[in-house]
Amino acid sequence: MKTMTKFAAGALVAASLALPGAASAQDGDSATIGVSIPAATHGWAGGVNFHAQEAIDALEETYPNLDFVLATAGDPGKQVSDIEDMMATRNIDALVVLPFESDPLTGPVKRVADAGKFVTVVDRGLAQEGIEDLYVAGDNTAFGRVSGEYFKEKMPDGGKIVVLRGIPTTIDNERVEAFQAAIEGSGIEVLGMEHGNWNRDDAFEVMQDFLSKYPEIDAVWASDDDMALGVIEAIKQAGRDDQMWVLGGAGMKQMIERVKNGDTMVPADVTYPPAMIATAIRLTANRFVSSAPMEGRFIIGSVLVTPENADQYYYPASPF
Amino acid sequence: MSAEASPAPKTKASFDLHVWGPVLALLALVAFGALLNPNFLSAGNVTNVLARSSFIGIIAVGATFVITIGGLDLSVGSMSAFLAGLTIIVLNALAPSLGIGWGTILVGMAACLVMGLGAGLLNGFLITVGRIEAFIVTLGTLGIFRSLVIWLADGGTLSLNFELREIYRPVYYGGFFGIAWPIIVFAIVAIVGEIVMRRTSYGRHCAAIGSNDQVARYSAIHVERVRLVTYMLQGMLVGIATIMYVPRLGSASSTTGLLWELEAIAAVIIGGTVLKGGFGRVWGTVVGVLILSLIDNILNLTDLVSPYLNGAIQGVIIILAVVLQRGRKGGA
Repeated sequence: MKTMTKFAAGALVAASLALPGAASAQDGDSATIGVSIPAATHGWAGGVNFHAQEAIDALEETYPNLDFVLATAGDPGKQVSDIEDMMATRNIDALVVLPFESDPLTGPVKRVADAGKFVTVVDRGLAQEGIEDLYVAGDNTAFGRVSGEYFKEKMPDGGKIVVLRGIPTTIDNERVEAFQAAIEGSGIEVLGMEHGNWNRDDAFEVMQDFLSKYPEIDAVWASDDDMALGVIEAIKQAGRDDQMWVLGGAGMKQMIERVKNGDTMVPADVTYPPAMIATAIRLTANRFVSSAPMEGRFIIGSVLVTPENADQYYYPASPF
Repeated sequence: MSAEASPAPKTKASFDLHVWGPVLALLALVAFGALLNPNFLSAGNVTNVLARSSFIGIIAVGATFVITIGGLDLSVGSMSAFLAGLTIIVLNALAPSLGIGWGTILVGMAACLVMGLGAGLLNGFLITVGRIEAFIVTLGTLGIFRSLVIWLADGGTLSLNFELREIYRPVYYGGFFGIAWPIIVFAIVAIVGEIVMRRTSYGRHCAAIGSNDQVARYSAIHVERVRLVTYMLQGMLVGIATIMYVPRLGSASSTTGLLWELEAIAAVIIGGTVLKGGFGRVWGTVVGVLILSLIDNILNLTDLVSPYLNGAIQGVIIILAVVLQRGRKGGA
């Protein structure tokens, strides 16, 4: 659990540490890297935007020969157009893409790869395997498992919990399945599950209804920090704050701060860092400024944040 | 096309499904909910449902007027998010100079109302003076307001100063004789709206313009002025809804007020207002809003269907409520 990252393609870490030395060797070649990400339509995506911009600014300063094109899209259709524009007008050498949805983006991204460009896919995999050169993602199964294991540890004698799910997607399914597998046989009873759509307002209303429905709830797996904030507000309103605790997820700074301060309602958090976009951009940049191999899979683990290690995961400057 | 407009008197004895359809649907939902879960009619649950209906409800009263004049306002959800963001920024900025207290909150509330009026004025101005279709104007401002709140929040969340929040909190969670403030405000807005629609010349002008704006113009009604005022009224009501919304979670983000415009329009139509304009029924809108939030509540309180199907159930009930109402007229 301590190791934050694990590698499918081994050589990656050495490469990212060896950056500055390699730069001078390639001063002559310039490269344009296109970055296509979803618009900041919720907190986590806001974090992605922030970290993408930050990584680009830092890289452009270090490597004057690298040029970046950043585009944010509000829907899959717009993202496809963005990528087509990048190919047609900016003549990109590499594409870093966090697909809005897997299926609609698979074809367009494949065309980029077929044109011989270096393609990095972030977080949401494409519908067809083998298109991308580099895959950087969070680990949704680990996210669910780590959360489930924490419940098991915190409730050794079992207990009654409710679960708030995200927007119905593969991501949400993987998390919930891993969570259920982790708590199996622990005596923890899931009273109810509803979709809060990773939205604070929706989660508030769903939790109000859970509180009306079940007189006894020992804990809540909110599965997301935005939802956790809505849930906490509903619990406070019902005056039941001393009866249950809440586990969110993602690593929003307000929640990490609560964990750090030893808030009894928020004893822990599980990370799913939006900064993974920075990892992807930096690794892709390495492809053009170093000779180290960058092809492969880079999976960023989900870590349990407790008051002991919360300092490490607290980024006050980030909007998320 | 509305029953009221047709001069031929119907037989008095017949029970007019056209008018009472939505009420029947509401009563059926209440009975259904009470049967399925004993907590459904508990004071806590009733308060929750009514209080959370109040935002859409207050906005939908405004939307009733906008639709009655034959207009449309798609920007209300984004506008609400934008106003919530601005109000939080104003409150946070005032806290150091005005101190942590009710004075600051009241200034923030006033600012929210004024900005709401301003946003409504912008919509109304573009529609009346700019002579652009309401659909296009408000679709444009929908995008503008939504982007502005994302930009203000830097893609994240705008949060209200913690101490101010503690003072402001009772505006949503507190109440008067056990009735939560948002419910009281919603009720006042609805009653005043009903009176304005039925008993004032402004209300009659709205219906006249929605029926036929040419005839209204020849009848010496200041058509453009009534339109402008109506969009401003809508903006002000969005401001009032936002004043009630901000203390609930003390934050505004890109997801605040998402799709509220569609919920408001749906509530207005369920309630018997004619989408093409010319006839509006404020009390019907209130019934429509309650139907929409009861569906969510009942689905959460029971395990009847897979949560994946919640949207489908909502869709069916919305259509049924309107079918009950229009059945005798053979559709709109």
